[in-house]
Amino acid sequence: MNKLTALLAGLLFGLGLILSGMTDPAKVLGFLDLAGAWDPSLALVMVGAIAAAVVPMALARRRSRAWLGGAMRLPSRRDIDRRLIGGSLVFGVGWGLAGICPGPALTLLPLGYWQGIVFVVAMVAGMVLFRVMESRGRG
Amino acid sequence: MNIEWSLFTPWSALAGGVLIGLAAALLILANGRIAGISGLLGGLLDGMFARSAQAGDEGRGEAALFLLGLLAAPLLWQLFATVPESHFSGSPITLVVAGLLVGVGTRYGSGCTSGHGVCGLSRLSPRSLIATLCFMGAGFVTVHVVRHLLGVAV
Repeated sequence: MNKLTALLAGLLFGLGLILSGMTDPAKVLGFLDLAGAWDPSLALVMVGAIAAAVVPMALARRRSRAWLGGAMRLPSRRDIDRRLIGGSLVFGVGWGLAGICPGPALTLLPLGYWQGIVFVVAMVAGMVLFRVMESRGRG
Repeated sequence: MNIEWSLFTPWSALAGGVLIGLAAALLILANGRIAGISGLLGGLLDGMFARSAQAGDEGRGEAALFLLGLLAAPLLWQLFATVPESHFSGSPITLVVAGLLVGVGTRYGSGCTSGHGVCGLSRLSPRSLIATLCFMGAGFVTVHVVRHLLGVAV
């Protein structure tokens, strides 16, 4: 059952990405281009998503277990460190170069654009590279 | 600032955003998991490359199915309507560099547009607010540099 809800949530998320325009990199870059012909649409994606999620998130915080019995795994970290800031800045540069972030990258994949495939392969390589650097760092 | 009203699609953006928010709500309430794409994907990859099986294995099936749902969404859409066309810019090298930066950056920063932007801001997390300001800021600056200072046509 928890696999079914996970699949359903993924489907819903992907449909939302397509409907909102997030799977069109040109639209994302149009939002990030403040000095050009600015397209503010994506700000409304964020507004819609947060409006829909803010009450459920508050409900989730009051529960110790999920509806289906699993542990409620809400992030507990509150610290703001160099990794959070540096990592997010690096992500933002990549996002600004291609107009693609991880969710839309995956949703683009089955549509068969070569650019989407190249991006996802590089993104996965980046995530693996992070893991390798992490395990080296720990000795 | 010059708003291009002809490109502005407020209703589909809002409706799509609501779907994304509902998906995140379903995953947290039903499964107790944050719908952060980079975290779910990175967690799966970490599991594949880990030397030994680690704790937290139980959640891997859920994470895989959520990501499968993301992949299935355009196929489901295609049964009823044409998926809107995507327009890319940049050379293959740019896409590779961008993908690498997104992969490494989201893992170091513990999240992306979904985990920090949607879920974190909905939880009123200060950490996610800082992360979101950082990646949005870096995104704005990068596009500005590429389009207006380097003058790369896109």
